[in-house]
Amino acid sequence: MTLDDVLKSLFPSGHQVKVSEAGWITGTATRKTGGPISVIGVANGVALGTAGVLPLAAQVLDVVAQGGDTPILVLVDTQGQLMTRRDEMRGLNEYLGHLAKCLLLASHDGHRTIGLEYGKAAAGAFLATALATDILIGLPGAEPAVMDLPSISRVTKLPEAQLLKLAKTTPVFAPGLDHMVLMGAVAKVWDPAQPLDAQLEDALAAASPEDRRDVLGAERKGRPLAAQVARRVIAEATGGSSDIASP
Amino acid sequence: MMDETATRDHMSWYQATARQRLAGLLDPKSFVEFIGPSERVESPHLHIFDLPRAFDDGVIIGRGALGGVPVLVAAQEGQFMGGTFAEVSGAKLVGLLRAARDHKDLPQTVLLLLDSGGVRLQEANAGELAVAEFMRAIVQARSAGVAVIALVGGKSGAFGGAGLTAGVCSRVIVSEQGRIGVSGPEVIETNKGVEEYDSRDKALVWSVCGGKNRRLLGMADAFTADSMAGFREAAKAQMTLSAPFNIATLQAEQKRLTERQEKLGACDDANAMWKILGVKTPEAVADMDAAGFISLANGIKDSNHDAR
Repeated sequence: MTLDDVLKSLFPSGHQVKVSEAGWITGTATRKTGGPISVIGVANGVALGTAGVLPLAAQVLDVVAQGGDTPILVLVDTQGQLMTRRDEMRGLNEYLGHLAKCLLLASHDGHRTIGLEYGKAAAGAFLATALATDILIGLPGAEPAVMDLPSISRVTKLPEAQLLKLAKTTPVFAPGLDHMVLMGAVAKVWDPAQPLDAQLEDALAAASPEDRRDVLGAERKGRPLAAQVARRVIAEATGGSSDIASP
Repeated sequence: MMDETATRDHMSWYQATARQRLAGLLDPKSFVEFIGPSERVESPHLHIFDLPRAFDDGVIIGRGALGGVPVLVAAQEGQFMGGTFAEVSGAKLVGLLRAARDHKDLPQTVLLLLDSGGVRLQEANAGELAVAEFMRAIVQARSAGVAVIALVGGKSGAFGGAGLTAGVCSRVIVSEQGRIGVSGPEVIETNKGVEEYDSRDKALVWSVCGGKNRRLLGMADAFTADSMAGFREAAKAQMTLSAPFNIATLQAEQKRLTERQEKLGACDDANAMWKILGVKTPEAVADMDAAGFISLANGIKDSNHDAR
């Protein structure tokens, strides 16, 4: 789906969501319930650098400063963090961390945050946007990738053909929406044939600041150990039994 | 005994293993490990790639004391798979922060000895998620009043997810060798060409992501010489200085980052940035010793703030 299609289906009664020339999404819209929702994001697959973070973080902070419980929708189609020497020199990690913190503060202060991945999403920009929300939704055709397969091939020194074969037996490394669902990262894949406004309401009702992605990853058999190991650490730290091997 | 202490104090943080750093940082005999190597909680994925596993998956977590103050600690082993975030190594970090967040009887200071190139590509999806869960757990712990201090000075630096992690901590301590960033120089050179970033130009790399630049920009709150004693004293000092995690702090950070973008956005090299920040002789920064540099950075306005 194009961004226009997504916005029309999400907000059939209209919206004030703008996409800047650089590809930053900002604005507000009206939910099916009649209530407001704040919308930010990255469009057109552009890379997120220090300049792009600022307007997005500013809008999130405005929503938090106003109080109330207006939810925040984060639309994501980005090739990843901007790879330039200058952005790195100015401290891109601090900018991306700041955006993630703003979204997490909003969540903590009672604003449900929802990520919607409708295009690409990769690496550091993924962490600062979609993965910093309470619930992440994918649309069919979305292409989440921590790192593309040729790069993984270069680092692991395994040929791409062999990696593709391995990817059929494990979702743990290769790019793809299905894999991110199995990991517990993407909570749900929406049906684009149905109106998205109703699906948005369902997702907002299911969203919570409690991080259950590792539990979901275990239930879906994509991440067999993460939730169990985290629980075991808490048990040992608090002097409880360390033999908690299962939920 | 005195000799042993003196040797420990002077030992290089950069050259040390994660376990040596914990021994050098914490009060003697205070460290108690959670899920130690004898429990063999290892990666369930590395065998697919015919790669050796580590009994601790490259992350050591536990509790200890620093200057008599109880702390929780985590140390990444940069010499095992680049200290990378993976399913198990990441879940150990996540569990530690969730424990601090939910249990007020546990130490409410967490020291993170970051030494990581980012996500382990053999477990890319699980590793990326682990970073996302870690960042959320850090922020939630901070919201509950926990101080989370990052210490960066290892061979793998803090890149990718580790760089973002540093960006969500309460305070950051760095040494000259401690590089912090998102994309490393090799990655940018591979993707954008040597004209954009020459990864073999060590002076250039140092000026972009090295500890001195990070301290001058205010991305790190303290700078230390590359020694156990240096990191120990810096950590003791920073432990009590965390700003509350709230809207006021993040609004102040927004202002700080906006001003940096406006003031330094046109700069093509670090010397130009440092000049604008108020360093009178930027070309002298590279050769300054730790004491001289600390005193310089402590006098630069943008380098010192509570906005993170």
